[in-house]
Amino acid sequence: MEIFLTGLTIFVLAIFAGFEIITKIPPTLHTPLMSGANAISGITLVGALVAAGAEQNLLTTVLGFSAIVCATINVVGGFLVTNRMLAMFKKKG
Amino acid sequence: MQNVLINGTYLLASVLFILGLKGLTHPRTAVRGNLLGALGMFLAVIVTLLDQRIVDWTVVLAGLLVGTAVGTVLAVRIQMTAMPQLVALFNGLGGAASALVAGTALMGAGLPDRELMFQYTAASAAAGLIGAVTFWGSLVAFAKLQELVSEKPMAFPGQQVFNAILAAVSLGLGVWLMFTPDPGLWYWGVVILASILGVSLVTPIGGADMPVVIALLNSYSGLAAAATGFVLMNNVLIIAGSLVGASGLILTQIMCHAMNRSLPAVLFGVAGPPSDKQMTADQVYGGKVKSASPDEVAMLFEGARRVVIVPGYGMAVAQAQHAVAELAELLESRDIEVEYAIHPVAGRMPGHMNVLLAEADVPYEKLKDMDDINPTFEETDVVIVNGSNDIVNPLARTDTQSLLAGMPILDVDKAKTVVVVKRSLSPGFAGVPNPLFAAPNCLMMFGDGKKMMLELISALKAAA
Repeated sequence: MEIFLTGLTIFVLAIFAGFEIITKIPPTLHTPLMSGANAISGITLVGALVAAGAEQNLLTTVLGFSAIVCATINVVGGFLVTNRMLAMFKKKG
Repeated sequence: MQNVLINGTYLLASVLFILGLKGLTHPRTAVRGNLLGALGMFLAVIVTLLDQRIVDWTVVLAGLLVGTAVGTVLAVRIQMTAMPQLVALFNGLGGAASALVAGTALMGAGLPDRELMFQYTAASAAAGLIGAVTFWGSLVAFAKLQELVSEKPMAFPGQQVFNAILAAVSLGLGVWLMFTPDPGLWYWGVVILASILGVSLVTPIGGADMPVVIALLNSYSGLAAAATGFVLMNNVLIIAGSLVGASGLILTQIMCHAMNRSLPAVLFGVAGPPSDKQMTADQVYGGKVKSASPDEVAMLFEGARRVVIVPGYGMAVAQAQHAVAELAELLESRDIEVEYAIHPVAGRMPGHMNVLLAEADVPYEKLKDMDDINPTFEETDVVIVNGSNDIVNPLARTDTQSLLAGMPILDVDKAKTVVVVKRSLSPGFAGVPNPLFAAPNCLMMFGDGKKMMLELISALKAAA
């Protein structure tokens, strides 16, 4: 129960931090925000690496491999495409 | 010691994620912000590879390699107009990854001691449920945006009841996961039910409501990652996941507000039959619509001082953003002030128009939000509406019976002249005729959004 409460504390505080920061983001950057945030949610890759790499049976290896592929596409593609979009936002003149 | 290194790095990564999102609060700092986020991710991945539980390196490296290759190709090749479906796809993959990780953890790593059991299985159920809904919902959204299937809402009678029952049963099965001795097997039951639910939730939602759906799925992909964090007791997953969850929720809220509809109304509200009082297209348009050629429209700009351009999804479909920007530059070279009015739900995802116009090198200061630009329409000589309809429909202000009633709109009808570039008089997504097109100060330029802009540009150049 204690471990769960620690996790929950972090979860709730991070949500508040997220609300504080993200309400300040201007509408013009909402698409890069979505793709950038989405790349960050690819953090599940960290879990996928351990899940796939641990010595287990064939089934879990296949599942873990798929998880790594999905998460890596999410992370690499997400950050790259966000960078590509943001590079286009220019100031006048 | 190794745990200290790993967890310390995770803390650093979390800080970098927060700083990265903070960087996105201004276009000047946004590129650096995104790089900070990527750096955080890189560090988190590198330090995870030190984990001694990883013994099978071929699988890990092969997965990273395949994912990097596919991700890079997608990110580099994608057209800016196809951005909504790419974001939808990435959302879905994030959700799928979270569901797969939770499943693998549940089946593989021996179950933890009794005390941790409830948290472990409950979090797995949440990750599987949210992850599968995200994946399948995003795939349907992707298919609709890519026009693999019709963008129109597709529903069968009783679908809402079906969805409600499905959601209740999957939740129930999720709870059962906490008590059964074999959660690894039942987990996939949750995933299968949630997959059906994900498809069935998004199929009835039409194209113009996609900004809400994509923002919501964005939020879900974060929440799924956070749930997986609870399964693995991994703080960086919990933090990053909840940041993204919060971000998606805020965007969802902004999008709903911009359509004057509640989230349940968007998700479950199958549009009712049009009210009897609604006017038919003939009543609204009959004999009152004036069309104009590019030459005639070009003459409007003589002596004009201020022009506002209103882009919509039609501009994206016609790939007209470069032509629109070229027209704006030409007008500016003749000392006309040009600004763009961006409605929050113009296009198919939050900020869609801004990205397209940024691609066409339009400086971001020229893109104005609805609240900023609405008071200026009365002093505007010409408004060019390119490919939008419902977001400039004055019925939203005047007709309380209309489906659009109460939706905040761009008050373009208050300008001296409005030029609407549109293929035909067909109604927008709401299916409501637009009295703007029949207004005395409105001219229709019937044709493709890009072609009409180019013809207007040559007409302007010829007249000079």
